[in-house]
Amino acid sequence: MRVALLVTHIRAEEKLILAAFNNRDISPDIILDRELNFEITQGADQLAPSGLAWRDYDLVFERCVSTSRGMYALAILNSWGIRSFNTYETAATCSDKLRTSIALMRQGIPQPHTRVAFTPKSAMQAIEDVEYPAVLKPVTGSWGRLLARVHNRDSAEAILEHRQTLGDYNHHTYYVQEYVDKPGRDIRAFVVGERTIAAIYRESNHWITNTARGGLATNCPVTPLLDDICVRAANAVGGGILAVDLLEDAAGDFVVNEINHTMEFRNSSKPTGVDIAQEVIDFVIGQVGVPA
Amino acid sequence: MTSEPPLCPECEGEVEIPADAMENELLSCEECGTELEIMSLDPISLELAPEVEEDWGE
Repeated sequence: MRVALLVTHIRAEEKLILAAFNNRDISPDIILDRELNFEITQGADQLAPSGLAWRDYDLVFERCVSTSRGMYALAILNSWGIRSFNTYETAATCSDKLRTSIALMRQGIPQPHTRVAFTPKSAMQAIEDVEYPAVLKPVTGSWGRLLARVHNRDSAEAILEHRQTLGDYNHHTYYVQEYVDKPGRDIRAFVVGERTIAAIYRESNHWITNTARGGLATNCPVTPLLDDICVRAANAVGGGILAVDLLEDAAGDFVVNEINHTMEFRNSSKPTGVDIAQEVIDFVIGQVGVPA
Repeated sequence: MTSEPPLCPECEGEVEIPADAMENELLSCEECGTELEIMSLDPISLELAPEVEEDWGE
């Protein structure tokens, strides 16, 4: 099986993925997104930076930390019929919180109460409609960047003015959510195909619980209820290999907060006891169905 | 790999390269904390890692 591992650079996750492929006698070609230079109409016969034609790859495994590079590379490669994990459609949905919300809504999957507005004035109304405290998020972005919990009209006005003045047009789509008063933690669940293979609690004294922001990872049991909502959420955005982030609301019910298509998991195998990288790669190999 | 440890391009401190290091892997200088990228292993070449961009993430 010929595999291209598309990366921005090599992190702990990519090393674990490479090791998992190697365990199955597969040696992926590492392709740096900075070296991509596609001619759109030439198709899959053109050479990848590795020197092989793109057509020769049975699979492109996309692990770019640069969301735009990874997503558009998948758009091109999938349009040429090159198989990838994840697909462009999944990546495009997950990389946009608004598109994710729409996908979850269409499948009736619980999520925080969400409003969208396009001007500071209408965004202020949206914030007051969801009531304080409200959460403002950029529609694209990760690692908890530029999230704001807004407690009153004064701070809302300040944040909206800053975003309108200092942000580019992406920041002028105001995505507003109710603040879910979670119990000092959220849940990250790892979905591979039709199965939730592991989950962690991310505990923090800060309201932003991302492990990238210092949240502590401990094992979260994968109950049938958790597995069901996670797999449905993953399928709602197109399915594949996904990290579903959930909150527990005041009643203890799950709501899906966001879904990540190039998941980080370096801190999650140890507390869960699940070899996440190997689970992922064994699933991928099974799906592609080409001998090593 | 050479026996002489490479120097951090930011602080010129010695940077320890892990035995399983790979090209284009990120690592931090233990002296100044700067994030570096291994551009080549033989000979070892380090550069400052690119700044985090707005679309970076999961």
